[in-house]
Parts: sequence; structure tokens; C-alpha cells
Amino acid sequence: MKTRTESHVDAADVAVPGPLAVTDPSGASAGLPRLRVTKAYKMYVGGAFVRSESGRYFRVASEEAQGDADPAGVNIPRGSRKDVRDAVVVAKAAYEKWEARTPFNRGQILYRLAEVVESRAKELEHSLVRAGQSRAEAAREVAATVDRAVFYAGFADKVSALVASHNPVSGPHFGFSVPEAMGIVAVIAPESPSLLGLASVVLPPITGGNSVIVVASEADPRTAIVFSECLATSDLPGGVINVLTGYGSEMGPIFAKHREISAIDAWTADEALRATLEREAASSVKRVKTHPSPNAEMWFDRRRGQGLGFIERHLETKSIWHPVGV
Amino acid sequence: MKSMTVSEKSEAQKSTKDLALDFGRAWEYAPSPEATDHVKIEKRYELFIGGKWVAPKSGKYFPTVSPSTEETLAEVAEANAEDVDLAVRAARRAYDGVWSRMRPEERGKYIFRIARAIQEKARELAIVETLDGGKPIKESRDVDIPLAAAHFFYHAGWADKLDYAFHGRKARPLGVAGQVIPWNFPLLMAAWKLAPALACGNTVVLKPAETTPLSALFLARIIEECELPEGVVNIVTGAGATGAAVVDHPGIDKIAFTGSTAVGKRIQAALAGSHKRLTLELGGKAANIVFADAPIDQAIEGIVNGIYFNQGHVCCAGSRLLVEESVHDVVVRKLADRIKTLRLGDPLDKNTDIGAINSKMQLDKIRELVASGEKEGAQLYQSTCPIPQKGYFFPPTFFTGASQSSRIAREEIFGPVLTVMTFRTPDEAIEKANNTMYGLSAGIWTDKGAKIFHMATRLKAGVIWGNTFNKFDPTSPFGGYKESGFGREGGRQGLSAYVELDG
Amino acid sequence: MYLRRVKSNGHDSLARANGDSVSRAYTPLFAPPPVDQVAVEERVASLAKRSLKKGAKVAGLKLSIRMMDLTTLEGKDTPGKVRALCNKAMHPLDSDPSLGPCAAICVYPNMVKVAKEALRGSGVFVASVATAFPSGLSPIEIKLDDVRRAVDFGADEIDMVIDRGAMLMGDYAKVFDEIARTKDACGKAHLKVILETGELGSYDMVRKASEIGIAAGGDFIKTSTGKVQPAATLGVTLVMLETIRDHYYATGRKIGMKPAGGVRTAKQALQYLVVVKETLGDAWLDPDLFRFGASALLNDVLMQLEKERTGNYQAAEDFSKD
Repeated sequence: MKTRTESHVDAADVAVPGPLAVTDPSGASAGLPRLRVTKAYKMYVGGAFVRSESGRYFRVASEEAQGDADPAGVNIPRGSRKDVRDAVVVAKAAYEKWEARTPFNRGQILYRLAEVVESRAKELEHSLVRAGQSRAEAAREVAATVDRAVFYAGFADKVSALVASHNPVSGPHFGFSVPEAMGIVAVIAPESPSLLGLASVVLPPITGGNSVIVVASEADPRTAIVFSECLATSDLPGGVINVLTGYGSEMGPIFAKHREISAIDAWTADEALRATLEREAASSVKRVKTHPSPNAEMWFDRRRGQGLGFIERHLETKSIWHPVGV
Repeated sequence: MKSMTVSEKSEAQKSTKDLALDFGRAWEYAPSPEATDHVKIEKRYELFIGGKWVAPKSGKYFPTVSPSTEETLAEVAEANAEDVDLAVRAARRAYDGVWSRMRPEERGKYIFRIARAIQEKARELAIVETLDGGKPIKESRDVDIPLAAAHFFYHAGWADKLDYAFHGRKARPLGVAGQVIPWNFPLLMAAWKLAPALACGNTVVLKPAETTPLSALFLARIIEECELPEGVVNIVTGAGATGAAVVDHPGIDKIAFTGSTAVGKRIQAALAGSHKRLTLELGGKAANIVFADAPIDQAIEGIVNGIYFNQGHVCCAGSRLLVEESVHDVVVRKLADRIKTLRLGDPLDKNTDIGAINSKMQLDKIRELVASGEKEGAQLYQSTCPIPQKGYFFPPTFFTGASQSSRIAREEIFGPVLTVMTFRTPDEAIEKANNTMYGLSAGIWTDKGAKIFHMATRLKAGVIWGNTFNKFDPTSPFGGYKESGFGREGGRQGLSAYVELDG
Repeated sequence: MYLRRVKSNGHDSLARANGDSVSRAYTPLFAPPPVDQVAVEERVASLAKRSLKKGAKVAGLKLSIRMMDLTTLEGKDTPGKVRALCNKAMHPLDSDPSLGPCAAICVYPNMVKVAKEALRGSGVFVASVATAFPSGLSPIEIKLDDVRRAVDFGADEIDMVIDRGAMLMGDYAKVFDEIARTKDACGKAHLKVILETGELGSYDMVRKASEIGIAAGGDFIKTSTGKVQPAATLGVTLVMLETIRDHYYATGRKIGMKPAGGVRTAKQALQYLVVVKETLGDAWLDPDLFRFGASALLNDVLMQLEKERTGNYQAAEDFSKD
């Protein structure tokens, strides 16, 4: 797999004619292949696809031209401080409505997402292959991603039953504790697997009612953007998951310092970055969990790559005392 | 009586508006001090490390002073980094050698023993708590000590049931927990920290607050009597530097801190990159919301209990009163009369409602904030009760007409000072209640159950009290949202702070 | 005050006065503020823990004697029994003439004359139950006649019962009217309105009945007949005192309070006094505004006073059982 190059155009990336052509009825361009339309990759913020406010980008190359619309290398927005700012505004608005939905409804939307991912499996596999995976590996990862969405779809309306409690307080009160979303969770997604890793870290917080701002894998942000197209065409309201592309080391500290963000979940091998996040988050008492990047296989493990712990990490406990009397 | 003409009525309006009740001397309560003769406080206390009382390597001792008399009660060892290191090593040895290997039910039985011993010594513990911290004896007797015992009793039962607690996920202890606790509920906070840590199989280095170390040292004696394996609980006394030494010690796996948000932030930053687990229970500026349809007379009691309980030295105190505008005047009138009946004075007197402010420093802080409230133009209401000549006391106080942006409406005063503000609709109440960086607790007063649930759902706080305030129970998880900290204490949920789960 | 009575169909009826903005502390009759049971009971439990020692205890107990309506309301009451009780009321403890006298003797109408005669010149009032005590379930004319005759016999105070059936059916106008007409029938006699709280079912209902009792002209509101359990409790007393407080805030008029039934010990009496002291203050620590309806209480108070005086625990048989 080629490594990321910055703002540098490779000769190999110049568009070459693809195999598809249509007949030109005028005959003027008879015999010439059709010029394909390449895709501009954009970040997914507030339900819309946007460039970085900074105008910066970074190049992501691919293993080989796959005969599709894309050139071999594409320009990916390099998210900035202001992109985080904008994402927080929409994520906050989205969180308030998302949390107010019934867990049943959230589960249905997550299931819808699974349907959409399944239906776009080929496209996602294609993107993973371009990022350097074999067809078989790509197919396995997409399938696992669909299953992960189904897993959390079925979890949305059961979380409360598992983590809530009736508290038998010694007195004339009905005491109970319920889980509640924290608010905006900022996530640094694992580098790899770029799709399954992303889904595995953004779906649990939204299952619990949070909204998410995630920095996608730096090595393969393109797949994250294709995944965002799935998000956009599922019933997920805009702003619930916001996918930024760029450098975790650059955006992570911005997350940590942003007072409106409630929690950080960072999956990165960069030990210095993990320490920075933990330190900077202290200024607003954020809930921070950093994880050294695990072996990619972990994400395929049904026991370790998913579960209640992933959801519970981004839930608050609210204890309520209600009087019992006449 | 029968009927009244319109002119008579308006006359009545004029004359009744300023009627106040007279809480004078028609029938006075005689002093009723709790006898202290059977409580023996040593002249000097050493550190409790590895099951032994050891002199501090620092060679230093500091006085602990009774805030109600300003007299020194005892000298207490000041642990330095070297002492903390010894304590951590003792805790590690106990963890590796005994506590983590012990059958969970045996661990539980030790904790049950502690609960029982606290009950047996409840009276002396209450007296020590009141002497050292200044809180009224009726509160240490009826709240602090019984709840401390209840916390140990509750968690003892968890020790051998952790396999049921996490839905099939296996829980293992974290190792050595470093716990730093505040001065407002000295023994109770020690219980909140120790009980779950021990039940989950951890060993502990506990640092009590420097102004209130005595009850934790009495607890150390109890732990000795209960024959806990040496080193399972170590108690290192000292001030901020001792706490910092605990936080910074590389041999500690988990830090639990209760105290101010400012210190909590420093601890969180200090732990960055250390792999230590952390839970924080920090400050608050809780909204106590009174609707027009509330049981007003009971709400007044809830307001009083919310802010004047323990001199307002309560992180979850209802320090912002949000009153529906239509009942504002009624509530203020009743509250103004009610605070006249609060009895301030000797904390050992069984009829004292308001004891001493915990320290001179805290008293100065309260005075400074109250002065700022007056300067900002809020109207001050204050009890004119007599203030003892000696000791640190501050009369029950509240402000009306404060703006949402004023310091008395935003900063945690941690004293018997309430700020009264108004709202017009439930939405406005929610907006104002949530308009703070804190999120520890909130109160809702209404006769309408549906409204309690509606408000409770939308208030951003970890504990919500419906038609009550400042209630605690070991079964009920306690902890904050936002800058009031993270992690819970109590209940099944509180166990998470002291275990590692496999998935 | 808040209610004016208008004539309609020849009967007294009610209408709420317009523009009732005298004080929002006082809510009109049909919409009294709600009462929270849990918080009321927590409050009285806390007040009951006040520690009363030495001088405070003695002063409180002596005060409680002066507040007592010494009561006998039995079918087997005789002039002899009533005279003995009157004597006790006037001289609670022969060995200590400084004690007492009690505030009143409380008897059935037929015993009023006997009591009046026995108490002549003592300053001890005669209170008579009336209005078809204890159920109140007789025609209003009979109840009013009962009152007038008791007053004619010499009663200084009338302890009436409200129609709890009407109260629980929501016929508050009927309850009000009966109280108002009873008040008229009392003439110069003071009226105590017995709510029989043990039959009302909730503090909300106690609050509502208290409001009605006060608004319709009661000089005192009283918890119970003593014939129904539970009778007086600290909780209902607090709720009634709070109603009295709101009425005072609104009008400046001081209504009296009488817990009756179930107050048997000196310790309980002191707890009631604490609740009065810390709810309404000094003005109500007076027999004019606070009474205990009791029979067994006096001897226990005397016993405790003797214990304080002598330092030794006393035997029940040392005190006369009248």
C-alpha cells in the first residue's frame, strides 16, 4: 500500500480513460472514450459533505487503479480547528434530538444503516481494496461491519435494562438510576481496519444517544467517506455522526481543549498523543479513554471487538429520588 | 369574621404584608451538649502503614484544630513522599500476598466486621467528627456515622457477588488504590472510598483532609481491631503535598479523589500518560427548583436542608434556588422566617442546627463571596442569631435579586449561603439550572409526578431529588456530570471504579 | 376574608372573593397548596429529636399543664367523675400549688352545668363537645340545638365535629356552612373545629379541612375526637399549624390549635411544643392559642416534673387517678 503523500501530485494519478464509453449521437466524438467524472472526497459534517474550511488537503494514493471513477490518488480534506468547531455546533444540536428519540427508534435507524452498508458492500469493498486489501479481506471486513451495525441496532433498547437500577434506598423514596448519554463524544478511529474499526468505535456511542465527531483512519480516509455516504443515505439524522479526515495528532488536542465535547475515545499507537489528550482534557474534566492501537484482529472478535462496555463507556448514570406518599 | 368589605380588605393587605413570626425566648431550650468524657483523643497520632503505627520519615507533625473552639485537639503526623512510598509498598505487598488471593467471601466478612464495629462505636465516632470538623452532633450522629456503617455493610455483600455485577463480564481488581478525601464528611467519605475498593479486592492508601484527620485515624483503630491483614488499608495524614505524593506515586493503579474542581483538574492533568485509573467527585452549584404547584412549606424545609445542612459544606448543596416567579415572594417570606429558627452554635449541642465553618480559610472565602454578592447589588437576608465569640461561624444567609451571571450565582461558595433566582416556565428552569459548568445534583419541588420525571430527564446532573434534597444511600450511585467529575460511588454502578472488566 | 357568604335559596352558600391577591402565601379555600407526606413526616421526625433538658423540660411541662383541656367523654361519665376531674384541673398536684391550673375541662353537654359549678371562680374554662359528637351525622338543626343548649348550660368553648362524609364527598360548601352556622350558634363561646384527621385519609385533605375550618369561623382547629385512631399525630399537627401560619401571614389573625387523642406522655407533649415553637413561634406558646386535648397526659407530666424535682423516677400509683 502506498503511503500518504501531502499536496503532491503523482504522475500516475493523472486521469486516464476508463473502459466505459457512451455513444455520442452527434458522432462528433465518435470513437473517443467518455471522460469519466472523478469524485471529490469530502468530510461528512452535519449531514452534508464539506471541504475543510482550511482549504488544506492531503493525498491518499491507492494500490492500483481499479477501473472505477477514481484516479489512483485522491485529495482528502485535512480537517482543521475550525472544522472541529463547526462539527461541534452540529453535533450538539443533533445530540439533543438524537438522545430524545426512543431507543427503539435509534435501534431501527442503526438497523437501517446495516441494510445500507450491506447494499453498498461492493463499493466499500472496492474502497478497501484500493487501500491495499485483498478482495477476500475486504469482503470479510465489510461483512463484519454490517454485523456490527446489526449488533448495536439490537442493543439500543436493551442498554437501560442492563445498566439501570432500582436503588432500594432506606426511606420513603423510589430510587432508581438510569443511563444517559454524555453529549458529544470525540473519537480518534483506529488506523486499521479502517472500516470495521471506524464502525466499531462510532456506533456504540450513538447507540447510547451520544453524537460523535470522529477522525477517520489517516491511512484510509477514503473508505470512511464512502461509509459516510452510507450514513447519509440511511435514516441517521445529520450531525449524529460527523466524520472528519485529517491527522489525529493535529485534531485530537483540539478535541481535548474544546469545552463543548464531553468525552474522548482515542485509539492510537501514538503514546505522546494519548498523554496529550489526557492532559488537555483535564481543563474541562472530560471523560477520556485512550487505547493503544490493538491488533486489527481484535475488531473481528465478537467478544472483544464489541459489547456493552463500548456503549457504557459513554453513558452517565443519573440517580433519581422520587417521593412515595399520599 | 364572616365577610369583609373591599376597603377593609385592602387595609388588611397593607398591615399583613410585613407580618413576621416572632421566634423569641418564650420557651428556650437549655444547652444539651453531648458528653465527651468517654472519648479519648491521643495527644499525637502516627501514620498507619502496613498495620502499624509508625512515626513519619518527615519527622513532622501538624495540629488538628477544633473549628468551634479553635483549640488544638491533637498532633498528627505529616507524611512526605517517602512515607507515602512506604504505604504504597505495604499496600502492594498486601495486595499481592493476601488480599487479591483471599476468597471473596472472606474479604466480605472483614468488611462486615468494619461495618459492625462502626455501629458499636457510633457515639464516639460522632463526637470525634463533630469536634474535629465542626458539624452539628445531630448530623454526625444521624447521618455521617450511620451512613458510613451502611456503606461498609452494603459493599461487604458485593465482595463475593462481583460475577453477577457485570452481566457475564469478568471483573478483576485494579491493585493499589490511592484515595484522597475532603473535610466535609470525613468518615463518610473514607467509607465511600474504602468500602468499594476493598470489596472489589484492591488495597488502599487513604489520605484524609488535613483539617479533619481524626475520624479516619479512629477508623484505622477499628481496622486494626477487625484484624484486617496488615497493609490492606494504610492511612497517611498530611496536607496537599501528601495528597500529591499519593497521586504521583508510580506504584498506584487507581486514584479516587473527592474535593474541589480546581484540584480535580490538576490531578487529572497530572495523571496524563500514567495509565492510572481515575474517578473524580468534584464541586457543584446545584439548582433547587421550586414550582408554584409545589408543597411550599415542605419545599422550604427542602431548601433549608439543601443549603444549610452541614453549614453548606456539601458538594451537592442546593446553592441556587430557582423559584417560579409567582411564588417568589411567598417563598422568600417563609424562608426569611424559617432561618430565624435555625440554631447556630456549639456543634456538640444536640439542638444545634448550624455548626462551625470547617476552617478559618473557608470562613474567609465565604465572607469574601458574600461581600461580592452585596457589592453586586443582591439583597441579603441573614439570620441575626448570636455568633459565638470563639470559633469559626457564619450565620445562615440568602440573597435575592442576584443575576444569573453574578459570582454568588456561579461560584461554589461551600458555605451556608443561598442565591435565590426566578424562572417563569419549566423550560426556563431547565435552561437556568443547566447553565453551569457543574452537574452534580438538582432538586425539583412540585406536586406533579409527571413534572418531576420531565425535569429529571432534562436536568444535566448526576443526582436528582424529587421533593427532597441531600439524601444519600449506599445503594444509590452518586457522582457528577460535566465538571463535577466522573465515576460513581455507591450502587452496582459504583463498583466499576474499582475493577477492570474483560470486555 | 377570602370567602364571602352570599344568600342563595335561603341558605348560606359560598363564593370566592374576587381579586384575592392579599397574599400568595394563602391560597383560597378550594385550592390549598399541596402537602408532601414524606417531607412532612421527615420534618416532624427531626423536630421530635430536639433534646430538652432540665430547665427547658420543666418549663415546657409546666406550660403543657396550663394548655390542657382535661377531658372525659365517656358514656359512663357521672357528676362525681366530672367533679373529680375539675378538681384535678384546678389543682393538678396538691403538693405543688404553682402547677396549673389546666386550661379547660372538656365534657359532654349534660355535664357542662356540673363542671361550670365545680370550676366557678377558678379561671378554668368549660369546653363542651357538641354537634352530634363524635360522628356529626345528625341533621344540622339538631347539631345547632346541641350547641345552643351547651352554651346555655354555660360552656365557654364548643368543640364541634365537621361532617367528614361531606368532606370526603367533596361537598366543601356543606362543611363550610355547617361550621359557619355553628359559629353563629356559639354566640360568645369560642369554637374549636374538630377535623377528625384520622378519617380524612391524607395530609392534603387535612390541609383543606383546616382551611375550611378557619375560613368558616373556627377560633381553633382540632385534630380529633379521640374516638378514632389515628388521632393526633405530629404530622397532622404540623400541617394544621402551617395552615394557621398562612392564615396569619394573610390576615394577621391568630387561630388556635388543639391536638387531641393519643398524646399520652410528657415526652410527646414536649415534642408538640417544639413543633409549635419552631413553626409559629412565641405567640402560640400560650393556652389562648394552643391546647392539648388529653386525659392520661396530665399524670405523666406530673410524674416527670416530680422526677425532675426530686431526681428520682416516680411510680404511677403516687398520682391520683381521677
